Amino acid sequence: MARLLIHSGRVIDPSQKIDRLTNVLVEDGKIAAYDVPLNGQEKTIDATGKIVAPGLIDIHVHLREPGREEDETIRTGTAAALAGGFTSVACIPNTEPPIDTQAQVEFVQHQAARADNANVYVVACVSKNREGKELSEIGQLVEAGAVAFTDDGAPIYNPELMRRAFEYCQMFDKPILNHAEVRELTQGGVMHEGLVSLILGLPGMPAAAEDVMTSRDIALANATGGRLHIMHISTAGSVELVRRAKTRGIRVTTEVCPHHFTLTDECLRTFDANFKMSPPLRAQEDVEACIAGLVDGTIDVICTDHAPHAREKKMRELDAAPFGVVGLETALGLVSTFLVAKGHLDWPAAIEKMSINPARVLGLPKGTLQVGADADITIIDPGAKWKVDPRKFRSKSSNTPYAGWELTGRADTVIVGGRVKYTA
Amino acid sequence: MSTTTLPPDAAATTWTRRDLLSLEELTAGEIRLILDTAVTFKDAARHASHKVPLLAGKTVANLFFENSTRTRTSFNLAARRLGADTVDFSPSGSSLAKGETFVDTAKNLEAMGIDCVVVRHHTPGTPQLLAQNLNCAVINAGDGPHEHPTQALLDILTIRDHRGDLKGLNVALVGDIAHSRTARSNLWGLQKLGAHVILCGPTTLVSKRWEELGAEVCHDLDQVLPRVDVVNLLRIQFERQVTPPFPSVREYALLYAMNKERLALAKKDILILAPGPINRGVEVTPEVADGPHSVILEQVTNGVAVRMAVLNLILGGGRAARPQS
Repeated sequence: MARLLIHSGRVIDPSQKIDRLTNVLVEDGKIAAYDVPLNGQEKTIDATGKIVAPGLIDIHVHLREPGREEDETIRTGTAAALAGGFTSVACIPNTEPPIDTQAQVEFVQHQAARADNANVYVVACVSKNREGKELSEIGQLVEAGAVAFTDDGAPIYNPELMRRAFEYCQMFDKPILNHAEVRELTQGGVMHEGLVSLILGLPGMPAAAEDVMTSRDIALANATGGRLHIMHISTAGSVELVRRAKTRGIRVTTEVCPHHFTLTDECLRTFDANFKMSPPLRAQEDVEACIAGLVDGTIDVICTDHAPHAREKKMRELDAAPFGVVGLETALGLVSTFLVAKGHLDWPAAIEKMSINPARVLGLPKGTLQVGADADITIIDPGAKWKVDPRKFRSKSSNTPYAGWELTGRADTVIVGGRVKYTA
Repeated sequence: MSTTTLPPDAAATTWTRRDLLSLEELTAGEIRLILDTAVTFKDAARHASHKVPLLAGKTVANLFFENSTRTRTSFNLAARRLGADTVDFSPSGSSLAKGETFVDTAKNLEAMGIDCVVVRHHTPGTPQLLAQNLNCAVINAGDGPHEHPTQALLDILTIRDHRGDLKGLNVALVGDIAHSRTARSNLWGLQKLGAHVILCGPTTLVSKRWEELGAEVCHDLDQVLPRVDVVNLLRIQFERQVTPPFPSVREYALLYAMNKERLALAKKDILILAPGPINRGVEVTPEVADGPHSVILEQVTNGVAVRMAVLNLILGGGRAARPQS
């Protein structure tokens, strides 16, 4: 394979604590060397003024295939990932049918290989048919390549099943990813319960519904020694619970989505279903707690919970419209504009939460620019100003809450396994 | 929220809105304009023979996705007494039953030359959704627990008929505040006109957070009654409750039903309103509902006048109300 030199860029690789201007040589799909001078390489990329980062990883993506191809396919979802700067995604198994067998895992892997866009890692179901009753064949699923287990879309409800999952997964050193929500407290809810839901007369989903489940999961992780990853954290209470659990040495990690550090429940005043997601947009104090959790390291990962829904589904009345928003193509711009430019995180910290940290949570051999690693590279133009135009999305769906927003910073060039897969 | 720059107390002289979606977004001046206009329609509201054909040639569609007797009939009569044609639509027996979306249904109706859609729906925000997707006028006739602007306007008109100015009046809204669109619209309208609003009901149905909007919250009706000029009794909305908010209807009635004994605690000239339908024996006993303090039937008459006013302001070119002769 051709030799590719990425020169004159600011290379930021948190996995090696690198942040300096240098040249990176890619050879045979791997990172080959640093500080190589520009001198007759077959291909070069001038990264002057840009950031050269490990390929970004999104560990919470709904690719919808099989079963809901009207919303997204593995091909369109991974194309959207590339356009957003992600070289790897982990897909969530709430498909139809759910991904709970080796054959299902291999189907996703085959479709991803055919699409040949971003790398796809499969998160498989904790329970058979995602019913929350019996453990799925976790050993077989690991053998097929599943990297973690969840019933997301729904919480793992039965605490006994959760305990067994923690215990069983330790044989394979795989984490359990849970959607923390006590459903009795959120029945019929469409938005965060607070002053805005009171004014609008919309049924609420109280923050306590998330905190009670977060608390339960931490207690069970502590009791079993299992690895807990709390998905899409959104409340001040849960951030504090995770912070305390970490100081006690419990094996817990967590992630946050851009909409939970940029938007509040005030958005629902428009009654636009593109602001309806679960967990819901919370209050300002929760947004501030999520940012504080990112800053002090309580929150390890930034993910998108990319949840595409065809337009006709989101055009419904608020209670009939499904939960969820797309996120792959706006996440990097939102991180750049609302975390880095506002001084909450510097670029190395932001990139850490989008590369090596997600790789560590799922145990992926990714997220690093070490010599010998796969040449998955995202070149970021931190100064690029752009406007979110859902008509230009690669995703099959356009259910974004950010239409028309002006953002600064985006992926300029995305390289997967040494091959340039996307250029802005 | 408001799009006008008038100070809250200035009387609006023209109507500029295409839709009536909520009272939260109206100014005090706009509310007074509707009430003053309604007064000019009172005769026509009471008598079928007094037609005022200001809206001849216009068509009003009633889209009711929830059951309604009063409001639907009231809007129908209001439109007809202004000379407009009306068309009634209900979801059963329509293409909605075949899976057509709500917005598509409304767009199809609009394509048949509708000037105004009056919509009732169980989901908050559906009038806004329609207003964003249609070119014709949209009037909210009740969207879930969110707002019911014409109900609050007719309540306020009824109070004004008896008390003149609303300023300084103490008005208690009693009952299922959590699920009541009438409570929300009344709260905004009454506060904008200078009344003090007390929300009263069990803690499970009346959140302390209402205080952040300037209302007083009290859970003891007997403590509230001696100091209010008006009490508006809201229906317990059993159909909207996910889990029962109180142990039994019996216990609710013991604590909150407006009965003879409670009436004795109240001011002598207290006005008793109820937006209807009422659960007799739950929110109010028959002797009170039918007694001398009750203005429940006046509310119904005022409902037609208020809806004529709203329809005429929206469809009739925004003419100013003429003072009553």
